[in-house]
Formats: sequence, structure tokens, C-alpha cells
Amino acid sequence: MSELDKINKNFVEKLNKIKTKEDLQNLKSEFLGKNGFVTNEFKKMSQFNLDQKKEFSIQLNEIKNSINENLSNKLKEIEKDEINKKLSDEKIDITLPIRSQQEGKIHPVSQVIDEISSIFSEIGYSVAEGPDVETEHNNFTALNTPEDHPARDMHDTFYLEKNKRILLRTHTSPVQIRTMQKGKPPFKIIAPGRTYRCDSDQTHAPMFHQLEGLHVDKEITMAHLKGCLNYFIQEFFEIKNIKMRFRPSHFPFTEPSAEVDIGYRIENDKIFIGDGDKWLEILGCGMVHPNVLKNSNIDANKYQGFAFGMGIDRLAMLKYGINDLRSFLKLISDG
Amino acid sequence: MILTLSWLKKHLKTPANLNKIIDKLTNIGLEVENIKNVNNASELFKIAKVVKVEKHPNADKLKICDVLVSKDEIKKVVCGADNVRPDLYTVHASPGAIIPKSKLKLKIAKIRGVESFGMLCSESELNISNESAGIIDLKKNSNDVGKSFFRDKDEKIVEISVTPNRPDCLGIRGIARDLSAAGLGSLIDIKKISFKQKKPQNIKVSISKDRGQGCLSFGSCLIKNIKNTESPKWLKDKIISLGLKPISAIVDITNYVMFDLNRPLHAYDADKIDNEIIVRNSRKNETFDALDEKKYNLEGGMCVITDRSGVLGLGGVIGGKRSGTELETKNIFLESAYFLPSSVRKTSKALNIDTDAKFRFERGIDPNSIEEGLKVATDLILNICGGEASKFQITGKKNFNKKKIELSLNKFKKTIGFSITANETKKILLALGFKIKTKKSSLTLEIPSWRPDINQEIDIIEELIRIKGFDKIETIAPNKIRERETLTFPQRLFHLSQRAISNQGYLEAITWSFTDKKIDTLFNPGEKPLTILNPISTDLDVLRRSIFSNLIYYLKKNQDRGYQDISIFEIGPTFYGKNPGEQEIVIGGLRSGKFNKKSWSEKTRGVDVFDVKADVLQCLKELGLNEKQFNVNADSKNYYHPGRSGSVVKENKTLAFFGEIHPTIISKMDLKEKNIYGFEIYLNNIPLQEKKLRLLKGNFKVSDFQKSERDFAFILNKDYKVGNLKNLIRDVNPSVIKFVSIFDVFEGENLPDGKKSVAINVTIQSDEKTLSDNDLNQICKSIIKIVQQKTGGSIRS
Repeated sequence: MSELDKINKNFVEKLNKIKTKEDLQNLKSEFLGKNGFVTNEFKKMSQFNLDQKKEFSIQLNEIKNSINENLSNKLKEIEKDEINKKLSDEKIDITLPIRSQQEGKIHPVSQVIDEISSIFSEIGYSVAEGPDVETEHNNFTALNTPEDHPARDMHDTFYLEKNKRILLRTHTSPVQIRTMQKGKPPFKIIAPGRTYRCDSDQTHAPMFHQLEGLHVDKEITMAHLKGCLNYFIQEFFEIKNIKMRFRPSHFPFTEPSAEVDIGYRIENDKIFIGDGDKWLEILGCGMVHPNVLKNSNIDANKYQGFAFGMGIDRLAMLKYGINDLRSFLKLISDG
Repeated sequence: MILTLSWLKKHLKTPANLNKIIDKLTNIGLEVENIKNVNNASELFKIAKVVKVEKHPNADKLKICDVLVSKDEIKKVVCGADNVRPDLYTVHASPGAIIPKSKLKLKIAKIRGVESFGMLCSESELNISNESAGIIDLKKNSNDVGKSFFRDKDEKIVEISVTPNRPDCLGIRGIARDLSAAGLGSLIDIKKISFKQKKPQNIKVSISKDRGQGCLSFGSCLIKNIKNTESPKWLKDKIISLGLKPISAIVDITNYVMFDLNRPLHAYDADKIDNEIIVRNSRKNETFDALDEKKYNLEGGMCVITDRSGVLGLGGVIGGKRSGTELETKNIFLESAYFLPSSVRKTSKALNIDTDAKFRFERGIDPNSIEEGLKVATDLILNICGGEASKFQITGKKNFNKKKIELSLNKFKKTIGFSITANETKKILLALGFKIKTKKSSLTLEIPSWRPDINQEIDIIEELIRIKGFDKIETIAPNKIRERETLTFPQRLFHLSQRAISNQGYLEAITWSFTDKKIDTLFNPGEKPLTILNPISTDLDVLRRSIFSNLIYYLKKNQDRGYQDISIFEIGPTFYGKNPGEQEIVIGGLRSGKFNKKSWSEKTRGVDVFDVKADVLQCLKELGLNEKQFNVNADSKNYYHPGRSGSVVKENKTLAFFGEIHPTIISKMDLKEKNIYGFEIYLNNIPLQEKKLRLLKGNFKVSDFQKSERDFAFILNKDYKVGNLKNLIRDVNPSVIKFVSIFDVFEGENLPDGKKSVAINVTIQSDEKTLSDNDLNQICKSIIKIVQQKTGGSIRS
């Protein structure tokens, strides 16, 4: 074995034992420093003739490069180990909860109003509004419900004036009248809003939300009404081919009038919507009564259309399995 | 309205079973609401025979009876009735039976030490009559023992919800007619009735010509020498199935005819009528003792049936006590009249009386049914009670004209969307009782007098599709075309602010629009509350004038449940007047307790005014307003803490208030956690933007050049509003001063009295070049100069 091979072997043996950057630096000095083994070999160069010099310098440089490369690799290795060690020391319990923050929420009724609005927006309806305080005329008379009509008994009305001319609207239907009186046909609107009736028990709250729909144009028939509501119900409950039926009913402001039921069944005390042999009433609708069009200055010979109204709170309860909406007034819950 | 299959079959010849009928009823608009049994577990009530009666050893008034409850089964039953005797046939209720009157379930029980197997029943206990003196005395024989006492034990009672437009279906016959039109059988003609009517009705009847006379026609019959009695069983069963109590043959017959033919009648004891009948308007302060045992003070102008001594009855509403029939009544004056719906409605509303007759008259009775009603009822009375009937007398209008409507044959398709043939149209309408004259492209229809709801062509269309079936209507899918925007700008503001505030960590509440006057006044002192005339309760008696009125109440409710750290908001109307439209949309929020929960990583801190200020500013930002467009100042409302509240103003309009809720309110409301802050944003004051929302925000620009930051510290007067500094500094050179933040404010230490130190960080960046040191120094000099000028303060060191 030549002197150079010995040096190399010696280096490799020592390198393998090195653990720290400091030792590595010392090793570098030992071989490549001023009096290092390799440097000292260079000093021997003067003893050789030209050919030997050439030969020797090639070998020597090879060894020097190899040592340098090994040192640099070892340095990277040591640095990597050091980082890994540092990171493993820095480990924390990632399952700890995040910093606390108050979590906001939209009320399910608001949520459902948005859902319904976007479904009807898709088929071209705009959102209309009307005031909560209404005239007796807009709430009843213009809607073909004259003063001595027994249908008025079905609406227990809150009054604000002794003469009963000013009241809290009992339904969102007066928005139909306001919309038609201030605009020109065609009309295609929905009107969600607060409505009021002065009976209150487990199933009736004195305030609830309704959504009114109105589509008046020249050739709108009951088939369009059925199509519109069928589309809405499928989209809202996210059930294709949901079981639905139209059942004749009576509202003074529509003729013919219908109530719409959807099929459901109960399994293990849970309600399943969409099929089954039970029926659940979810909304009322019909063709706008010619008297209502006339009362809104619309030519009933030229224009016709349909209207519908639904209870939003009930739809929210059905869709999200809520038993009593009043529980939402107890807002905070644990967990 | 109530229906039984056996009763229906009196009018409808049909092979259909009850289920088929129930389905059809719902499909033609007579919604079946409920189906129930006449008497639950009625087989537990049996005809029994008392065999032996012994004295109870431990009680003087009680007896121990051996009762034959079936052919060969004798049971011991303890009974207290005086009339119990051997060989008495009566009704025995077995253990398990529920007594109709008390609704109690019978058990085998020891009565004073002797075991009794069930009980023997009185009529009162079975809700058959008020007779409670003794147990029922049945005229039966031993073959009947063990049979169920309630006949038709499988008879189901069908409850139908009849819409107010269909008074004709408040009688079984009307329902039968609809079913026959819908193809479920044929309507049976009312059998021809004839009886002797020799003498004229000799009680004088007159209808006064008062203004607004509510009675148009008054039919009467005098029936003499009757023997009023208990009704026969078939009639009692019918009355019981209606949920009514049998009273006497006369009363039961009038009720029966009312439910059978929808023809209300009234029977007077003829001997109690003072000379003559006068139908007139009531006079103010006339009084009247009604059959419901109440005394009514009448207003003027109500339609009353009177005699010379005063009021006998309220026309179409209720009869009076003075002329009521009793079992001893010998002579009957029978009334069958037509009262106007508006008159009946007015009277019953004013006096708050609800009766079956009123319910029918106010919806509209067939005016042409006066004579038929008299005929059917008189015939029944003669058969059950005997006596002699007078001729019928009709006072007032004798004939009511029938309405005529022209039906264009293409109207159905135009409205419903598919065609129906002329033949089918005619078939349906004929079955419903219309008379038809056929023309080339239309039908002239004569409307049956029992259908007050049919007034125009569209009402005929409704009849046709109702009978034809709503399931035949096609379903045309809607077009997915949108020609107008879904939401208007204010509607969009509503949604954006709702979401912005929810994102700030608030839970949305939806509370009622009315509230407690006491709470509402805390937020609106000195102003007149908006009272509701008929509130559901005294603590919900006014329209809310503040979004806080209910919100603080529910904050308290939640605090009372043990939650202190709460953030809730509501968006909705508040009212400033009682006229339609005197309302505005407000979004308001309340935060109480700590801002954050206890956590492993941070300390908790209480909510403070800068939290609600941040909520307001963030919300306004989402609504398209940046801080340059409004001012924040210390003015606020008196329900906020005067030193820790403020408002956001733009061009003299208040966009929002925020601050700590006034401690007086917190103590008046007795809130447990007293650290409460709130805000209100008035959406109606947000300037209406003609532009699209996306255009409201400035163009999105990013500068490619180096930014620089510089810190300044100024000594300012203590009461200087630091909020102004931001805009002041920005305005020095808006194109390069991108951001101003205030990072330290303090007083005292080595500062002079009445002064404070404010430290500011300014971010400077040009969109065009990298600013040189010289540029930056120039800008900083300008900032210092302007701040010193405008605030009277000085730069520190």
C-alpha cells in the first residue's frame, strides 16, 4: 500500500467516527491544514523528477478532492441530523384545541329564506317586500276578502287602531297587491317576510314567516303552477321525484285554490320526507282571482297567473328536523 | 262537519267503502281531518239484567247486585242507584271501559269492602242525556242481554274540514251530492212527504221594514197537541255521533235536520209566545236571556225575533230561554227562515256567540230550502211526538232568483292548461245541481241556490277541475331564465350585513316584532309607545321601537341559564310609527361577558367598546364603505354609557351607534353579567348605490415597489380625538400614504398634565417608483408639520 492509500484509509476510518461539526473541522485540519497529512505530501513534491511529479500530483489531487467531497457530504449529514434532532425536540401536541373564538351562526329561518330565494332566483323570480304594518284594505279587501267574509275569522288579527283599519299583516299576500299596484305586468316575484296572528300555543306562534309567490303574465296556467311548485319542492328537499299532490282548497284570493301535500313516512320516530303513505301539507296556492287582479288595476281578461304562500318556519323545521322553533330563542347550547 | 257512512248512505247510493269515500272527499276539496270511533271500546258497554239485589253490609245507600252480563255469566256489581231492582234491564260497563262523561277507566275495585265488577250506568254517565237520578231503565228482554249497548259499534266518525265557501257541505246531503258528481254513486231523491195540514198557522208573523233588516223570509208551522219525549234510539244515535247530547225529540229533530240538509230550524213553545211574532231590529239596551244561560245586552240594529213582551231570539244565532221547549211543551211554533250572512255575522261577533246555526247562516244557507226544512221536520215531529200541523206560512220573500253565469267552453283550457269536453262539463255540472242551456261555444248556467260561493265564470272552472281531479293537471317545468336581478340593493345590504356580523362571531336571533312596553321604553324614553290593541299578553303589548328591546330580554334569558359570554344579533324591522311603512331595517348586536373563552394558550379578557366598534366598521366595510367615507364621533344615544360609546356618521346621517349599554338599564333588567356592549346599524341610512356592488370597491391594485414604514410620537391634548389622526395623516399625501396605525397611547409618566402621547406607524409606498430617502424625509416632514398645525400638538423628541 502506498503512502497515499494509507492516508486515505486513515481519513475514511476517522471520518466514520465523526459526530459533530467541531470534530469534522478538526479532521479537516488534520488532513488538509497547514501541517496536515495531505499538505505534507505536497511538500514532498520537490523530491521527484518531472514525470514523477506529474504522476504524484494527479494522485495527490485525487485524494484531496475525495477528502474534500467526503468532508462536505459529512457536513451536510451532520447538519441534517442536527435539524432533525432540533425539530424532534420542538414537537407539540397538535390535538390541543385552537385558540378560542366566538362562533357566529345564521338562524335556520334566515338560512331557509336564502335557500328558497336562490331556488326561485334560478327560475327568474325577484324578491319583493312589503311593510309589516298593513292597511286592512291591502291585507283583506283587495285580496277579495270583504269585511263580513268568514275567511277573516281564520286570521286572528292584531290591530293597531280602534277602527281596525291598521293591522299587522296576517300573511305576505298584501305584497301581491303592492307589487301589482306599483308595477306593470308581467310579475314574477317572491316575498318572504314576517307575519302575525294573535293565537299562540304549542303549534302556533304569534309571529311566523311566510313566503309569497306571484307569477302573472298572459298565458300562465295551472300547469305552470304545478311545474313551478314541483320544481321548488324537489330542489328544496333535495329529493328527486318527491311524492306531491295538489288538493282542492279555498282561499278568497285564488280560484281555483289548492293545498299542496308531500308524502312522508315515520320510522323509529323520525320523519322521512319524499315517499310513504302519509301526507303533509306544506303550502297553499292557486290561480290569482280575477277580483284581485281588478283590485290591483290589472286587466283580468288579458292577464292571468298564479300565487302561492308557504310557512317558512315549518319548512325549516321539516328540512332540518327541528321540533320547536321557539327553542331557537334559547340560543346558546353546550357543545 | 261530521259524517258517518250510514248517514251518508241515506243520501248516496254507492257501492264504495269508507276508505274509498275518504280518499275521494279529500280529492274534491272536502279534506278529511280525522277518523274516529263513536265510543272507544264501546263493546265494554253491554245490555245486562239485574237478577238479585242485596243490601251492602257496610253502607246504607249501596246495594250488591247479581247482574247477568251475558247469557250465562253473573257478576257481583255494587250500585247506589235508587231504581235498581231485580228484573231491571240496564247498561253494564265492564272493567276497562272508559266512562264517556268522566273519561275515567273502570277497574275492578272494592267498594266499602265488597268487590264490584264494573258498574251499572246512568244516561248522564254515558253522555246520552242529563238524566243522572238512576241507572238506565231499558225496555228489553232476555234475548238482548250481553249485546253491545252502543249500536253501530264499528261506525266510524269522519271529521271533514269544510272551507268557508262551501256552506252546502255543512249538511250530509251536500257532501253526498259532491260525491255523486265525482262518480262515487248516485244522489237519492228526497222521499215525497205528505201529512195532513188542515188549519192555517194562526200566530201572526211580520217582518218589520227596519233599515238593514237581516231577515228576508220567515217560514213557520204551528204543531199542536204534541207529546214531547225522549228521542227514539236511531235519532239519539245520530245526535250522539255528531258529538251532541240528545235533549228531547223536538230539539233533536231540529238539530238532525240542520246537519242532514244544512237547514237550521228553531222550535218555540207556542204557548209562551205573547200574541204575535215580529222580526225587527233590536233597540239599544234591550236585554235577552239566551239558551246558553247567558244574558245579553243588545246593541241597536241586530236582527231579533220578538213578541209583544220582548226578544225571543237572535235571528240565525241563538234562541231564547223564555220560549224554549221542554218535555211538557204541548204546542210547537217551528221557524225556518233566511237570515243574511252579514247580519248574523255582525250580531254574533258583537256578542261573541258561536252556534251551529250561526256558523251556517253566516256562510250562506239555501234561501229556497225554507219550505223543505219545515216539511221534513214537521213530518218527523208528527211521527215521533204526534200532534196536528198547521199549513206552512211564509212571510217575506217567497222566491229567490237564481244567479246566471255564462261559461265559455275554452275558458277551462285557458286557465287549467288542458281541455275538457262539453259533454263532461255538462255531466259534472248537472250532477252538482246546475241547470244548463247549451249554446254554440258557451253554456248558460243557472246556479243552484245552495251555492252562494259561485259568482263568476272562474268559480265554474274551479268546480270542474275539483271534480275532474287536480291530479289530471299537467306539470310544465319552469324556464330557467332570469330577466331581472333577484335582489335589490337594500336587500343585498340585508344579506351582506347579516353575514358580516355572523362572521364577527354573533349568533343570529329572530325575535318577535312586538315586545314589552317596559323594556321598549328603556331604549326610547319619553316617546309614545306603539301600542297593539289586542296583544296576546300584557308583556308583548307594543311594536318594538328598538332592536335591543327583545334582544336584551333574550340575552338575559340566556344569562339566567348560566351563560355569560354571549354574542347575539338580530336583523329586522323596528318601528317609528303606526302607519304602513313607518319601519326601518336595523341590525343590532349585543356582546356580554368575556370576549374569549378560557384557553390553554391565551388569557381571557372582557368584551370592550373596541370589539363592538370593530364589528360595526367591519360590517360597514363589507357593505362597501371604507373609513374615509364616514366619521366616528362620541355622540350616541342615552341608553349607552356616555363615556364609552359613539356613532358612525356620514353626511349628517347616523349609520350606526355602538358602545357599552347604560348601567341603569343593566340594573333595571337585573342582568347577571353586567359587562354588556352593543351596536345598531341603520341599513336604511346606508347611501343607496346606483352602481353595482362590485364597482363600489376601488380597483384592485398592487404596487411593485418597496414599501417603507416610519414611526412618529406626538404629544397631544388629552381630549384630542385620536380617531381623526388617521384621516389627517392619510390626507397629507393619499397616493403614497397607504396605511396609518396607532400603536400606543398613554398619559402621565413624564408627560405634562393634560397631555397624552400617541404613537403612530405610517406605511409609505408609491405605485410608480421606489421612494428615495429624500422623498421619504419630505413626506415625514409634511406629516409632522400638518399634524402639529391641525392638532396643536408637537412631535416628541
